Amino acid sequence: MVELSGERRSRLSLRLDPILLLGILLLGCLGMVVLYSASGQDLGIVYKQAVRIGVGLFVMTLIAQTPVHWFRETAWWLYLIALIMLVLVLIVGDIGKGAQRWLVIGPIRFQPSELMKLAMPMAIAAWFASRQLPPNTIESLIALVLVLVPMFLIVRQPDLGTALLVGSSGAIVIFFAGIGWRLLLVLLTAVAAGVPVLWHFMHDYQRRRVMTFLNPENDPLGAGYHIIQSKIALGSGGIDGKGWLNGSQSSLQFIPERTTDFVFSVYAEEFGFIGVAVLVLLYLSVVLRGFYLAYTAQDTFARLLGASLGMIFFVYFFVNVGMVSGLLPVVGVPLPLVSYGGTSMVTLMAAFGMLMAIGTEKRLMPQ
Amino acid sequence: MASQALLIKDIHMEAKIFSRRLLLGVFLVLGLSALLTGRLAWLQILDFDHYSDLALQNRVKISPLAPSRGLIYDRNGVLLAENIPSYNLEITPEEISDMQGLLKSLQQLLSLEESDLNRFRKQVARSPAFESIPLLTNLSDHQLALFEVSRHIYPGVEVLATLQRHYPEKELFAHLLGYVGRINEAELAKIDPINYRGTTHIGKLGIEQQYESLLHGQSGLQSREVNSHGRPIRVLDEDRPTEGDSIVLTLDRDLQQIAYDALENESGAIVAMDPTSGEVLAMVSRPSYDPNLFVHGISTKDYSALTSNVETPLINRAIRGQYPPGSTIKPLTALAGLENNTIDPVTKYFARPFYQIKGQERKYRDWKRSGHGWVNVVDALAVSSDVYFYDMSHRLGIDKMAEMYAQFGMGSITGIDLPGEKQGILPSRQWKKKRQNIAWYPGETLIVGIGQGYMLTTPLQLANFTSCIAMRGACREPHLLKTQLSKESGKQDLTTEGWQIELNNERNWDYIIEGMVNVMHAPNGTARRSAADAEYKIAGKTGTAQVFSLAEDERYNADELARDLHDHALFVAFAPAENPQIAISVIVEHGGGGSTAAAPVARKVLDAWLVRKDTKPDG
Repeated sequence: MVELSGERRSRLSLRLDPILLLGILLLGCLGMVVLYSASGQDLGIVYKQAVRIGVGLFVMTLIAQTPVHWFRETAWWLYLIALIMLVLVLIVGDIGKGAQRWLVIGPIRFQPSELMKLAMPMAIAAWFASRQLPPNTIESLIALVLVLVPMFLIVRQPDLGTALLVGSSGAIVIFFAGIGWRLLLVLLTAVAAGVPVLWHFMHDYQRRRVMTFLNPENDPLGAGYHIIQSKIALGSGGIDGKGWLNGSQSSLQFIPERTTDFVFSVYAEEFGFIGVAVLVLLYLSVVLRGFYLAYTAQDTFARLLGASLGMIFFVYFFVNVGMVSGLLPVVGVPLPLVSYGGTSMVTLMAAFGMLMAIGTEKRLMPQ
Repeated sequence: MASQALLIKDIHMEAKIFSRRLLLGVFLVLGLSALLTGRLAWLQILDFDHYSDLALQNRVKISPLAPSRGLIYDRNGVLLAENIPSYNLEITPEEISDMQGLLKSLQQLLSLEESDLNRFRKQVARSPAFESIPLLTNLSDHQLALFEVSRHIYPGVEVLATLQRHYPEKELFAHLLGYVGRINEAELAKIDPINYRGTTHIGKLGIEQQYESLLHGQSGLQSREVNSHGRPIRVLDEDRPTEGDSIVLTLDRDLQQIAYDALENESGAIVAMDPTSGEVLAMVSRPSYDPNLFVHGISTKDYSALTSNVETPLINRAIRGQYPPGSTIKPLTALAGLENNTIDPVTKYFARPFYQIKGQERKYRDWKRSGHGWVNVVDALAVSSDVYFYDMSHRLGIDKMAEMYAQFGMGSITGIDLPGEKQGILPSRQWKKKRQNIAWYPGETLIVGIGQGYMLTTPLQLANFTSCIAMRGACREPHLLKTQLSKESGKQDLTTEGWQIELNNERNWDYIIEGMVNVMHAPNGTARRSAADAEYKIAGKTGTAQVFSLAEDERYNADELARDLHDHALFVAFAPAENPQIAISVIVEHGGGGSTAAAPVARKVLDAWLVRKDTKPDG
């Protein structure tokens, strides 16, 4: 081991997965091309996005050099810290005026729910890895509690969308760990039954938002109008698209949130179905490469974590495209690696860093 | 680690389980991707013609129309909050050939800030060329005049009017009305996004915040036809917004002005209410500020001037200032004594210069150095004998006193329709145990009986209990909303709520009211000077609240003390005593004695209300 790592260091070789890296870079660059058009040819936005991707890549590279057992050992601590910060956000947020999702420590503004997006799958994977798979009912229920507590805290912020995403990141691990089908069925039934209870505890304005979320026609100026315009953009793109910078729906500002949540509509209008197919293949190759790295990993923890990180990435992609194409209700989920915005870029890249650490570690281990 | 050592894991079984689930995951990902691709193929290939047509005909742009905010009036229809036109300077980029030159010239003409120009340039870059972009908002009259004179040399530059909230009475109603300001992030999360789509401002404080839902109204929308470049051609359809409801407050503008002026430059507060209805007639807190500063975003300089002012002009002292009630509490202490038969209305007690609890050294001094001599309860109120109340409080006990104070609303908010009301402190055995975990000392009972020590009240609470006494227990909740003027449901008057204080002996009201009348009209009453030549009978009570405690053998000497250690002057009253129409509380911070600093202020307000009302033909 010592010799091997010494040898690697002498070659100054970084532990990165070239295929995954290629996919990430392609998506990031494609994103900047679309952003230039979506922002009305504002190079400033493209430049800022490039800086964010650069910072993200740096974080990814750092994390990719970490031994995987560190993730397992720090999983509980990270989970605990994220949990404490989520509680803190609720307390401090009550006193302070502005946003309740942010925690300010000195010069750093920080969103604890972003940390939880990573800590949650790590902790659940660590929990199952310390047991024998498949989990029995009690072990599964304990994992469920670990998922529900942070979700509850995030709902209180209140941020229903993020709560659902964080929750799904934990639920995915439970699925990969091999939870029994019967228990899964019971839980899904319980969730369906729990909806009216949740409704009872919601604020009036939250209920209004849920209603708009389910039925966009309630909001003729907002979600409903946006979805209609987004569908027109997609459909009028046709097979080969209107061409870069030529999307009329985009340049005439019919598409809302063109650089963030609806950036896919701009892309699909300008690059058509061919462009869409290329993009879907790019995302698929990143997700499947992630799955492959997880499959070849050395232990249960690494497999569970790797597979769930890949799956979460896919969920973000699916929810975003499903939303702009009118398959799913409008939730504020950006298109990963493409949408403009910095808050989630670092989290996303950190996740890829962990995947790469998982994928490259096995080569360091003597078979 | 021990449990892990015991757990012998079946690694192959785990790998098998995981691999099976991962395979399911792969199928799920492929299946969902196929679903997405299928959906997009449907939209982009099968429905291409349909959507392509729609895109070409996409001629309808919808924009929100903000409702105009409801107005606020005083009880006589005087406008307290209005919407006035504000002028913005806007530029349509496509009509300008030399933007750089234009901006330079306008910058010289109107002395624009570099930051305004930068904001403008950014917005120009992001918007279509036919859309007019504001260069400067809220032009001053001077800027407006300068521009109008040379307007002809600036084609493509326009002055556009929007509505802006304005408070014509400025400082006079600042704490009551509050103000509107730009919607911030926290508010954004709590408002109805549909209804506020066109709205930029929201009620931040006071009545503007309290009645936001009435004042705001319902937003509308406008659909406009645009050509293939997005230029608006004509309005297709308009769903007009519904104006916000206007509201009439219980306040009287003129009375408010007289009360405000009566305080002169002192820091303090006045609350005047109609005891028969609970309608608040005037509520003053000084120093005050101009709420108009906040509507367009207050400058950092103005804001720090307000926040760094030690006299805290931003705080509404009438509901958020908490002061020891001083001797103004004595009528309630007396009522507790009478109701519990600790004292009777006739028996006289010899009030010495000081009082001592048996077996204790400490002397509890009277404010009058020589003492008051033989006094009954009515006399004790009139001359404000501390020693009489020390003795009675000692025999009565804190529990029964606290019970009586609580009935008059001490220690809880009055529930007035203004946000941010404080509840003061009603000290009791339980309160002290909970707060400091120390037992209650008998000496503290004495101090509370004359309104010092832990007890704190807001000026509104003082006016409220005075009004309760005036009505002999038929209390009315103080409130500010009188009438709602709705476009849809018409005029709606507010019904008043209240509660009844039942006494064991109804006659006890007479004794404390007699005591309060004697404060004003008896030859030895503490506030007799302030009632001189009054055309009506007043029932009042003076109070002086210590800001710091004197040692047992010290005497208060104003000349030797810094101004911020001077006593607060307090006064409560209602009038006419036999047919109450107004109840009032006055606090002059560090004003000294209640009889000299606070009572004359109250007299001016009472005169204004009662004398003016009598001379008015329609009352």
